[in-house]
Amino acid sequence: MIAIDRVTKRFDRRAALDELTLAIGAGDRIALIGSNGAGKTTLFRALLGHYRHGGEIRIDGAARARRRDVGLLGRVAFVPQLPPPLRMPVGELLGFAEKGAGASRARMAEIAAALGIDLDEVRGRPFYRLSGGQKQKILVTVALGRDAELMIFDEPAANLDPAARAVFIDLLAARRDASMLIASHRLEEVAPLVNRVIELDRGRVVLDDSVVDRLKEGEFRRAEIVLAAAHAPFAQAIGDWGFEADAAGLRFTGPVPAAETFRFLGLLARYGSLIDRLTLDQDAPRRS
Amino acid sequence: MNAMTPDEIEGAVKRDGQGARAARTGLGLSMRLELAESLRSRWFHFYSVVVVGLMLLLITTGISESRVLGFTGLSRLLVTYIQIAMAVLPLFIVITTARSMVGDREAGNLEYMLAFPVSLPVWYWGRFLARLILVLAPVLLALAIAAVYGLARGHAVPWYHVGLYAGLVGALATAFLGLGFLISALSRSTEVALGASLLIWLVLVALLDLLLLSVLIQERFVPDFVIAIALANPMQSFRTASMILFDPQLILLGPSSYVILDHFGVTGYVAWAMGYPVALGLVLAGLGYWRFSRGDLV
Repeated sequence: MIAIDRVTKRFDRRAALDELTLAIGAGDRIALIGSNGAGKTTLFRALLGHYRHGGEIRIDGAARARRRDVGLLGRVAFVPQLPPPLRMPVGELLGFAEKGAGASRARMAEIAAALGIDLDEVRGRPFYRLSGGQKQKILVTVALGRDAELMIFDEPAANLDPAARAVFIDLLAARRDASMLIASHRLEEVAPLVNRVIELDRGRVVLDDSVVDRLKEGEFRRAEIVLAAAHAPFAQAIGDWGFEADAAGLRFTGPVPAAETFRFLGLLARYGSLIDRLTLDQDAPRRS
Repeated sequence: MNAMTPDEIEGAVKRDGQGARAARTGLGLSMRLELAESLRSRWFHFYSVVVVGLMLLLITTGISESRVLGFTGLSRLLVTYIQIAMAVLPLFIVITTARSMVGDREAGNLEYMLAFPVSLPVWYWGRFLARLILVLAPVLLALAIAAVYGLARGHAVPWYHVGLYAGLVGALATAFLGLGFLISALSRSTEVALGASLLIWLVLVALLDLLLLSVLIQERFVPDFVIAIALANPMQSFRTASMILFDPQLILLGPSSYVILDHFGVTGYVAWAMGYPVALGLVLAGLGYWRFSRGDLV
């Protein structure tokens, strides 16, 4: 879908992107991780055509005719790290997304409701007057309301409360049709969503870990979890994965599909303080 | 690449159709957004109050009843208004415009809005047209108020001159709007944009006829050079053309008027005063677009 070929971006001789080469395929759901200044936001801006850069970005095998490719932007939905202080009312922003980017009004209403935002209530309010969380929810609503093939999210859940964060993750997980590029400092948060993790450091890819690759070696892993104390919600959640528990409700064993490893670890992260011991056997036999 | 299936072809055609529709609606959307955004902003409220309030102030002070240098009635009112507007209008336009794009860039608005599939020229020129409408609307309203007042008081309304004044104001506004867009595209911070705007405005004000006349008298430069400066300054073009409409012999300007009347004539100079600032504004805005589109957008 998108091939990034030796893309370089410098600010005052300092390379924010240093001959970065990367391919984003259809269906890739990528967590982009890295410390501050690693180049995540710069990469997004280069992709969106906001920055001049060296190297080349190809879309569907063809070089972009212009740096800012309107055709590509029509296929990309973007949520920035910090909500912009737009003075326009929320209704106007939604209308712009609808007319200018083909966002679905009905879908935006559904998504906003799921995130806990009453669009009718905020429609007339200036966007910049909303709280940080409300702004983020509106931006997520606009992005998910579009029929985009690639979702670019820059720290999308940073301002969301835990409940909205969980809904947001579920909404993204439901968009199986779209590729995703999600920058986050909290891998555990986006882990359930992604099938690939890319780590940037000083503008270069230092890790490109694809679960799909390992899927070829073995479809399942065997996991064993021992809790410090019995915990009914955990037992129920892990039960949904097909795990079996011992009589005391402390030891759980079961298979983990390799492609779902990140999602599985994301679940465990929520109960991290309860877990006494965890093993994940990579050489588990294939399930018939 | 693999051959496309019929479904993929249908999808691609649908996408192309959506892209074309987006481009068609882009200019209207961009203009509407800028209009709405500016209508809510304080600068526009303040600007409108000043421009319309000035006319109301002149009307209430009874300036139309006074007689100076042969002007009276609505002509007197318009001459006074337009001379004051010449000082206020360019400053307002250049300062508010110069900080607009660079301010949006600093705030992060550009990063978000330019991630939508609206083409850059459509977005930029839509913004330009919207601003032009916005800066002209209060002036036209003020002129309309003057005309209504003239009719109510039984003065003869010089419709031809009102129309020409509106044209001159439009030309001056276009010149300074273009300048503002260029400064905004070149500046990397709001402070720099504001500083540059003020400096350029001061230079143009300083190079108005009074200073040029003294330069001519002192004979420090060849007269052609001084005249070229006067012709190149859109504020001077506006000022002279607004005088020429009610003082066709340019008695107010003294001997300098011979240069204008001999080389241009009244009609020729008014045409210059309308055409040149518009062309200048469009060239400056075009340069701004060229710079903006070739640099980092955010």
